[in-house]
Amino acid sequence: MRLSRRPVVVMTEGDVDDMAEIAPRNSLGREGWRRIRRNPLAVVGGGVILFFIIVAVFAPLIAPYNPLDKSWFDQIRPTSIPGPSGSHWFGLDAAGRDELSRIIFGARASLIIGVVSLLIGAFLGASLGLLAGAFGGWVDSLIMRITDIMLSVPGLLLALSIAAVIGQSQTSIIVAVAVPNIPLFARLLRGSMLGERQKDYVASAESVGVRRRSLVMRHVFPNSLAPMLVQASLALSTAIIDAAALSFLGLGSADPGVAEWGRMLTDTTRYLRVAPHLAIFPGVAIMITALGFNLFGEAVREALDPKLRR
Amino acid sequence: MPDPSSTGPAVASAAAVLRREPVLVVEDLHVTFQIHGGRAVRAVDGVSFEVRAGETVGIVGESGSGKSVTSLAILGLLPARGVTVSGSIKLDGRELLGLSEHDMQDIRGRCAAMVFQDPMSSLNPVLTVGRQIVETIRRHQKVDRNAARRKAAELLDRVGIPEPVRRLKSYPHQLSGGMRQRVMIAIALATEPTVLIADEPTTALDVTIQAQVLDLLRSLVSESDTALIMITHDLGVVAGMCNHVNVMYGGRIVETGQRYALFGSPRHHYTRGLLASVPRLDGSQERLHPIPGSPSDTIPWTKGCAFSPRCPAVIDACLGSPPELVTSEINTRVRCVNPAPPDDTMWVR
Repeated sequence: MRLSRRPVVVMTEGDVDDMAEIAPRNSLGREGWRRIRRNPLAVVGGGVILFFIIVAVFAPLIAPYNPLDKSWFDQIRPTSIPGPSGSHWFGLDAAGRDELSRIIFGARASLIIGVVSLLIGAFLGASLGLLAGAFGGWVDSLIMRITDIMLSVPGLLLALSIAAVIGQSQTSIIVAVAVPNIPLFARLLRGSMLGERQKDYVASAESVGVRRRSLVMRHVFPNSLAPMLVQASLALSTAIIDAAALSFLGLGSADPGVAEWGRMLTDTTRYLRVAPHLAIFPGVAIMITALGFNLFGEAVREALDPKLRR
Repeated sequence: MPDPSSTGPAVASAAAVLRREPVLVVEDLHVTFQIHGGRAVRAVDGVSFEVRAGETVGIVGESGSGKSVTSLAILGLLPARGVTVSGSIKLDGRELLGLSEHDMQDIRGRCAAMVFQDPMSSLNPVLTVGRQIVETIRRHQKVDRNAARRKAAELLDRVGIPEPVRRLKSYPHQLSGGMRQRVMIAIALATEPTVLIADEPTTALDVTIQAQVLDLLRSLVSESDTALIMITHDLGVVAGMCNHVNVMYGGRIVETGQRYALFGSPRHHYTRGLLASVPRLDGSQERLHPIPGSPSDTIPWTKGCAFSPRCPAVIDACLGSPPELVTSEINTRVRCVNPAPPDDTMWVR
């Protein structure tokens, strides 16, 4: 057991003097945040995420060149593509564009796709889960059967078919990545709400006449959100990988100029022998980003899991 | 455990209290759990009792005797599926069984409230104590947020929590068990219910705090003339607080009476067994005498007395027909065909 640097206030019954000093507000969120900061893996993961977000947001300021600028096409030969150098740290791609700038702008695409698709998936999933958890009965059965059906199709396959139906665009990737998330979040929230409903404080609130709507919205729902938070940070890493996979399979934007990490991997397959750096850099970018979200997600899980409390 | 001989303020006016009309009348309450595909379990089997304003009634029994289910049934908190409740529960003359969920929500908190066993888990961990009290007040009374907060602070003050205004901003985990139970009591009393049910309110607390919380309940009840139902397995608590005692076994009341009469001369062998298993302060007893065996719901009352497998005085008649409650010569009622002789053990002077 670690001792906090803050003075620990021991509360004893009836003793007024001990009450004089009250510990600063110490909510579950604050406590969880403190635990995350102490976890070195979380700090690494959080650092990666922060770096990724900064790069994505400030891409135009950070990137040394325009990602669409083909000024160096004259240096490209079918047998040799210039690798990393002083003026192009990550080398050039097959169309004579600066690879580093494209990776930086690719982060932007990944972030937009990942976050937007996650928000859509989590929102729709949570709504369904909330309905199922709040009403139970046939509403619950119906929603859970729908999620069962969605879960029976492998996520990437589902995403592929959706993207194929909607057509090539960034929007279609977002929708395709979002949809497989819906049943995951729906089940998770419903399950944790069912668990929370059994707790004493819910019975206790019910026993003083709290209405069903506020029972669900004020008591059960907020206490059921912790697993959603964990799932969200883990799902972001999956979303980024899925987005890369979909664009790798050619379902991304129809515009060949758009920088997407998955698409960059596809474009490079023909030059693997000539220019391995064109596969390595986007690949590493995908991997590190996904790893960052995974590490952070794990840390969030540990911080919020009461079983791991110390 | 409080000294059984102590008499609280609630007891002082016992005679006056007895002349009042009962506010809660439970009559022939049956609760049956039907587990899907399984055998039906009669958790409560024909329980009747009444409580008057200002009176404290104890329901004693070991785990599984049906005492908590009885209290949940009164508040209509039993799950809707797989549970059958029949009989009659009248609160202020109004029948509660069969009320719609909507009407029941108005009853809960306003007319009847409950304090649960474990204060550590009975408060919502993500809301401040203040919000939880305010929520209850505003649910039943048309007051604005500020008035409700003032009322909440008064309540905390009344249950003996120092610095109530600051405490309103505390989260449950910042309070000790005893403080949390005080908060629970404050919430339960927020709307001055007619009946307060305390389901083992001190079981999860340590002994010194138990006594404080019991004292608090006792004084609050006598001040506000609330009817209090104490559900407990702690005979000391019952002896110290309750005017009237119901002993439950296997879903039925096996012995009932005023506390002096009942503890002075327990007639049912289960009650005697319970008393014999409690350590005595006067040292007249060297060993504790546990009741052998454990309660079993596989023996239905239909086949005679459910306590017979564990009873030291079992006779053939015990297995005949289920015994009825019989009024004894000291005005207690006993469900036993072969009751122990009246004695003058004098558990309570």
